[in-house]
Amino acid sequence: MTVAAPARPPPAPGSGHPGAAAGPSRWIRRVRWYLPAIMVFAGTLAIWELAIRNVQIQGFPLPAPTEIAAALGENWAAGRWSIGKAAVATLFEALGGLAIGTFAGVVLAGLTARFVTARELLLPLAIGASAVPIIAFAPLMNNWFGVLNPLSKMMIVAVLVFFPVVVNVTRGLTQVEPAALELMRSYAASEWSVLRRVRVPNALPYFFTALKVGTTLSLIGAIVGEYFGGTNDVLGRVIVQSASALRFDVTWAAIIVGAVTGIVFYLAIVALERVVIPWHASVRVGEP
Amino acid sequence: MTAPTSTVVRIIGVDKTFIRDGAAATTALSGISLDVARGEFVSLIGPSGCGKSTLLRVIGDLIAPTAGTVEVNGKAADQARRDRDYGMVFQAPVLFDWRTVEDNVKLPLELMGYDAARRTARAREMLDLVELGDFLKHHPYQLSGGMQQRVAIARALAFEPAILLMDEPFGALDEMTRERMNQEVLRIWEATGTTIVFVTHSIPEAVFLSSRVVVMSARPGRITDVIDVDLERPRGIATREEPRYFELVTAVREALRRGGGGTDSDTVASVDRTAAEGGIA
Repeated sequence: MTVAAPARPPPAPGSGHPGAAAGPSRWIRRVRWYLPAIMVFAGTLAIWELAIRNVQIQGFPLPAPTEIAAALGENWAAGRWSIGKAAVATLFEALGGLAIGTFAGVVLAGLTARFVTARELLLPLAIGASAVPIIAFAPLMNNWFGVLNPLSKMMIVAVLVFFPVVVNVTRGLTQVEPAALELMRSYAASEWSVLRRVRVPNALPYFFTALKVGTTLSLIGAIVGEYFGGTNDVLGRVIVQSASALRFDVTWAAIIVGAVTGIVFYLAIVALERVVIPWHASVRVGEP
Repeated sequence: MTAPTSTVVRIIGVDKTFIRDGAAATTALSGISLDVARGEFVSLIGPSGCGKSTLLRVIGDLIAPTAGTVEVNGKAADQARRDRDYGMVFQAPVLFDWRTVEDNVKLPLELMGYDAARRTARAREMLDLVELGDFLKHHPYQLSGGMQQRVAIARALAFEPAILLMDEPFGALDEMTRERMNQEVLRIWEATGTTIVFVTHSIPEAVFLSSRVVVMSARPGRITDVIDVDLERPRGIATREEPRYFELVTAVREALRRGGGGTDSDTVASVDRTAAEGGIA
């Protein structure tokens, strides 16, 4: 399941200076901005609950939201499934894989941006590979790195994350305004200096785009990797095992925890982005 | 042309041919010779495709000539570039959004090893000169187009280059802003005594600013005329209403027409421009 986090922050209150608006009105504006979404969400839950309670759907086992909430409460820290612990373990795999894949992707992007030969050799491959359903390799990774070792899930995630990072960061490092390069040349700036002062800052927004895609991919990779086997205390195993035990309330609880983890992960990257590149058009507020 | 006593730029017999694989070679510049004296304000004017921007880039060693030599301060152009003799201003301001206005002006100073205190002093002095002293901590995207271009000028002047090369710096601005910027650039030129080579396609701009207007024509790009502008300085709003000003505007216009820069050839010329100047990047 896909959960779309808000793509844009709510509009800044006032027009001139961010944060200059008075406190209360700012919060009222925020609530107003989110209110429709909250109402749709609450309405959906209510209809779901009412439908399950009043309409018997034969052969379609869907637990009511209250049942899912109860299952989550029972199995969060204790019980047979301990979903909370599983979520932490899965997030650890996702984070580890994201770190490995991002690091490798940035290194390769640096090489392809620096060396034309590397670009001609590797970039078509990277672009081609990003169209491959890499998740299909998950059973192989389990086999190579040990099905019980979290590293096997991390490697699935790393490979998933790797290609968007390579493609985006290479683009950011190379698609620099030609006049900016002429300017640096007129200063007789070294290549290192051009990299540090022009190419890297130029690539940062591209890097964050890749990272935001990576948050989603990393949780998908970790959970699907877990489907193919592994220790029991991870979200993927909880989902598979509770479903085969017909405990769909637990399955749903685990899915929802996975979704919330994904959203929080994504929002954390968005927050980081705002701190690191406040000057970028996608982030900044208070333009004339 | 007699060589002035203190020559900053000496261009002798420069040709530039762009070769694209498969296509016929484009002669962007042919037989260009020109001297620019210290403290002069020289404009290069001509139709699209006449190679005026290419010539500016050859002077600044951003592209190498196919034949001929360019000397700046008695040195080869590439040596002059390594000695940081050039300040460049492009049509786009080319400011970095991740830097504040002040830090944009400091950029060349960082590269040239100025210490922090001197960087700050110099950047503030330059921003005061272009009357943006109140915008030090703003980011470029918070400024108007004219203000951004003034930051670019401040940055170009910050390290006191021997020569300022300006490539249609006000081409993207509206007419009113452009006239104000013209006045501004003259004031800065008079205050600093910098030598300026200025590319433009605006006849009034060239006449108003320059001590000499170099008229170029296309296919191949060459100098067809050099017109001395003897308008009195300091020049101001009144200058644009003097009879002599209009005579010179007419003289430049006629020189352009004689050179074949008429409107009838503009379409072809702009195709040439794409071929020739697209090859730079």
